[in-house]
Amino acid sequence: MIEFRRVSKLYSNGTVGLQEVDFTIHSGEFVVIVGLSGAGKSTLLRSINRLHEITAGEIIVDGKSMTLARGEELRHMRRGIGMIFQSFNLVKRSSVIRNVLSGRVGYHSTIRTLLGLFPKEDVQLALNALARVNIQEKAYIRADQLSGGQQQRVSIARALAQEAKIILADEPVASLDPLTTRQVMDDLRRINLELGITMVVNLHDIDLARQYATRIIGLRAGEIVFDGPVGEATEERFTHIYGRSLREEAASIGGEAL
Amino acid sequence: MSPISVTPPSTNKGRGGNERTSSMVKPSHTKSIMTAAFIIVLLWLSAERTDATVTQLVTGAPEMGKLLVEMFPPDWSYVTTIWAPMMETVQMAVLGTTIGAMLAVPIALLASGNVTRSKWLYIPARLLLNLIRTIPDLLFAAIFVAIFGLGAVAGVAALILFSFGLISKLLYESIEAIDPGPLEAMTAVGANKLQWIRFGVIPQVTAQFISYLLYTFEVNVRAAGVLGLVGAGGIGLLLTRVLDQLRYDRACMIILLTLVIVLVIDYISYRIQEKLL
Repeated sequence: MIEFRRVSKLYSNGTVGLQEVDFTIHSGEFVVIVGLSGAGKSTLLRSINRLHEITAGEIIVDGKSMTLARGEELRHMRRGIGMIFQSFNLVKRSSVIRNVLSGRVGYHSTIRTLLGLFPKEDVQLALNALARVNIQEKAYIRADQLSGGQQQRVSIARALAQEAKIILADEPVASLDPLTTRQVMDDLRRINLELGITMVVNLHDIDLARQYATRIIGLRAGEIVFDGPVGEATEERFTHIYGRSLREEAASIGGEAL
Repeated sequence: MSPISVTPPSTNKGRGGNERTSSMVKPSHTKSIMTAAFIIVLLWLSAERTDATVTQLVTGAPEMGKLLVEMFPPDWSYVTTIWAPMMETVQMAVLGTTIGAMLAVPIALLASGNVTRSKWLYIPARLLLNLIRTIPDLLFAAIFVAIFGLGAVAGVAALILFSFGLISKLLYESIEAIDPGPLEAMTAVGANKLQWIRFGVIPQVTAQFISYLLYTFEVNVRAAGVLGLVGAGGIGLLLTRVLDQLRYDRACMIILLTLVIVLVIDYISYRIQEKLL
């Protein structure tokens, strides 16, 4: 489904984003990527739908090269990949349903979407997506009237309206409280199980990762340092990977930033 | 907290925090004193250069008083004569503002660095905006009178350019300040550039755009009132005439009617903006 072939990302200031990353994610998996902030989790996720460009290697999505896709081909590939962000990224002044419908623009002509004319089926699809995350009754309310957890569910509905086969979630619960964190993660799991949508989720909390993932990928300084099923992601292994050495690394990253 | 949560140990943060506190120094007052002194010197020099003295202001005051006395009571019956040109003035403002605003949208998008990523496009667009805004509306009107002849058409053309300059500048600054999150989301759903603008940019600036439009309309009603001075139509034509005839009671009536119109527009646009926010 998603294949990384020796993918590297070197930022123009010399910082290494990703270093020879190689892995394959299969359809229906619930993969959680863990690592320190600055380990390259966000870079990895955003390189899948080309919000970030990579500097070497190739990324294959659904048998087609994402890396080589241009123009309309790229837009059509992006259409099949939903994305959920830490800060929800909704248009706060627009209604909930408008935000969900914006996930449909890739399916229609420019003229039609510029006029804001979505077919009835699309509106029904958007309402069903909202129903799936239990906020159908909020459809015609402005997005900024909703709580953080509700806004995140709207953004999940937007990804569902896209009829995406893959959902990427970049720290989806980092700005939510523990209770809403659980609700949003439960929603993601339910979507993964019921609709078979492949999930790739960035989390910094390993406990949360272990509860929801079927597979965990650990990143450190742009390299994969762990890749395996949840059963293997034991406390001992992670203490070994992120324990002592982690502190030294955090200090050196801090030094660079200054 | 979980035993192996992947967050950096807090000891590092603590160290950074201490360094910051030690570098905290109470700012001195020198800077604000210097700023005040600079402004005073600047004002004094400007007054000196333009021969604007307090004596002149005092000696001129009685003249002002005389003028005011002559203005009252206003010539109420004059309303019937000025009503039609007044409406023409408002119509000129409506046309000028609407057309100017429509032209402003594409150029404002072009001038915004977060929409138009290429410097080769947004720098020329900004230059054009700044160039247009340096030309005063009366000069525009005088130029268009030379082109279209005397009358309201020249006035409307001047107002179009004036509105265009004002709205595009305000709008492009608003666009540059929008939340980049929805833009990123629109890229991720596979939107093309126009769809990206329609669903990521436009809804974030619509309320501000309407507010700028109403503000420009208010300014334009006042501006349209004086465009007649250079023969570009509207109420200004009558204003020059009555001033030449020394009919200050009639001039007063024109001013009063303008005031009423502006207040009404002000009130309406206030109510519209209330609804928007």
